[in-house]
Amino acid sequence: MTPAISVSTLTKRYGEIEAVRGIGFEVATGETFGFLGPNGAGKSTTIKILCTLADPTSGTARVAGHDVVKERDTVRRNIGLVFQDTTLDNYLTGEQNLRFHADLYGVPKAAFGPRLRQVLEMVGLWDRRGGVVSTYSGGMQRRLEIARGLLHAPRVLFLDEPTVGLDPQTRASIWEYINELKSREDITIFLTTHYMDEAENCDRIAIIDHGVIVAIDTPEALKASVGKDRVQISTADDPAAIRALAEEFGLEAGVHEGLVTFSVESGEHFVPRLFARLPVAIKSVSVSRPSLDDVFMSYTGKTIRDAEASIGDRNRRIATRFGRR
Amino acid sequence: MATKDITAQQTPEAGERNLTELIRVAVPERSIRADLRAVSIVWRRELIRFRSDRLRAVTSLVQPVLFLFILGTGLSRLAGRGLPHGVDFQTFIYPGVLAMSVLFTSIFSAASIVWDREFGFLREMLVAPVRRWAIVIGKCLGGATVATFQGIIFLALAGVAHVPYDPVLLLTLVGELLLLSFTLTAFGVMMAARIKQIQAFMALTQMFVLPLFFLSGALYPLNGLPAWLTVLTRADPLTYIVDPMRHAVFDYLPLRPQVLDVLSPGVTWAGWLVPLGLSLAMVAVMGLAMLGIAIAEFRKTE
Repeated sequence: MTPAISVSTLTKRYGEIEAVRGIGFEVATGETFGFLGPNGAGKSTTIKILCTLADPTSGTARVAGHDVVKERDTVRRNIGLVFQDTTLDNYLTGEQNLRFHADLYGVPKAAFGPRLRQVLEMVGLWDRRGGVVSTYSGGMQRRLEIARGLLHAPRVLFLDEPTVGLDPQTRASIWEYINELKSREDITIFLTTHYMDEAENCDRIAIIDHGVIVAIDTPEALKASVGKDRVQISTADDPAAIRALAEEFGLEAGVHEGLVTFSVESGEHFVPRLFARLPVAIKSVSVSRPSLDDVFMSYTGKTIRDAEASIGDRNRRIATRFGRR
Repeated sequence: MATKDITAQQTPEAGERNLTELIRVAVPERSIRADLRAVSIVWRRELIRFRSDRLRAVTSLVQPVLFLFILGTGLSRLAGRGLPHGVDFQTFIYPGVLAMSVLFTSIFSAASIVWDREFGFLREMLVAPVRRWAIVIGKCLGGATVATFQGIIFLALAGVAHVPYDPVLLLTLVGELLLLSFTLTAFGVMMAARIKQIQAFMALTQMFVLPLFFLSGALYPLNGLPAWLTVLTRADPLTYIVDPMRHAVFDYLPLRPQVLDVLSPGVTWAGWLVPLGLSLAMVAVMGLAMLGIAIAEFRKTE
């Protein structure tokens, strides 16, 4: 069977900046595949190429068996997309926005009414469907956008940071819907996210950093590959604590998110020894099982929040160069 | 099997959880019908937006009304002396000001593409599984319809300028307004394909609009002008629509042929009188050419 998405040696340059640097992967039909990485890692650029909104600088990408450059129109008929930033018409009502979408995407006229209700109830906007979008709150606009992306059921659905800024309840209900959709149809989902818990919903995850894929596997396998627990402590003297950890326990620690952080096997057994032997006063301690965040850290040497902080400067430079907001 | 039975007995409310029937993975067919449906919805969106924006309908009437009543009345005391007996200056400029009433609306409805790009909605349209020409044509038709509608409102004031409400005349004028609006919207859309910032778009179109209007012969007859101005007026595309419109209006006024020759002399190229049909055809060809360029521009990817 042809994979839903297949990408090889894909690159994209914007002037001097290489946003995507020779990535390659395949996504099987029916799979939920996640791109995990900080903002600016190349996730959105990859999605833009796969959705035919940008041409690759080099390399090839095929979606539903069709080349994204040579068979652009065919690719577009096979995909659906929820964008990262809003793409709603603020002057139309919620329902009018969805009707516009249904007409552009060839949703059968008879199916429109029931589907409209279905997706709007899912995101809790059924009662507000007659309201003009500019009167919606930011969260409501986001929900409407997701409802719109799910209005037609494409072969491959792209979700670019789908649930940023949504409350946990709505997120859960959207994931419930997506999972139900998946269980009934051969729909392939490609999503980008920098939420670890959202990535847990994926069958497989690619970790992307600085335009390169650094790891690609199931969430379980990725977490198993880390194996250790993460311990974060807050101390009276961090540099001293780091030195002591190295001398006393042979552990390599660093400061992440303002806390001394290190990985160790069976963390809860280690903590009593830590209190007994560390010469620096400990104010607080937390032990966590390996999460995708740790996976990210073990592959890139930083937590995803660290990465976001450092990438901020680079993004601003890109923004000035290309006049993007 | 058990689940199926439960599903069958579900009330309509509970049945909404049953997605199987509702959402099926489907690849829309590539068909001309799908593209026409897209043209239609893009066109309808323009109408919906126009309807909900009454302020725009009123404000874009301000300028032509100012020209007709303030400038027209004021100048008629001066210009009236040059006019043959029985013809108001307001009547003379009416066809030109009518053309003006669609000028701004047409170009500014194309500006909504620039807004759409800024607010991201353009992307929703460009990624859709329909041909780009469908989007561009829908937009041009929408802009043309809205602008013509605007012109029709101004057409209602014809009586004030002593232009008769003859059904054939009105229909002719509406047809000409439609042609003009379409060409102007195509021009605006072509510009919007390239210009990504709304301020730049506004400034640039503003730069075009007034010279186009002043050179079109909307406010003065096109004969007996200095050579340089004669050349400029003949180069203005708007000339070739204002002339047929004036011709249509003056055909319905009770005027002697000598008077008509003075007031509505027609467009000449080095003494050769350009037929009205050719004038209109030129406007149409220009509109289609700019539409073609706009479509080609929107087919490009980043």
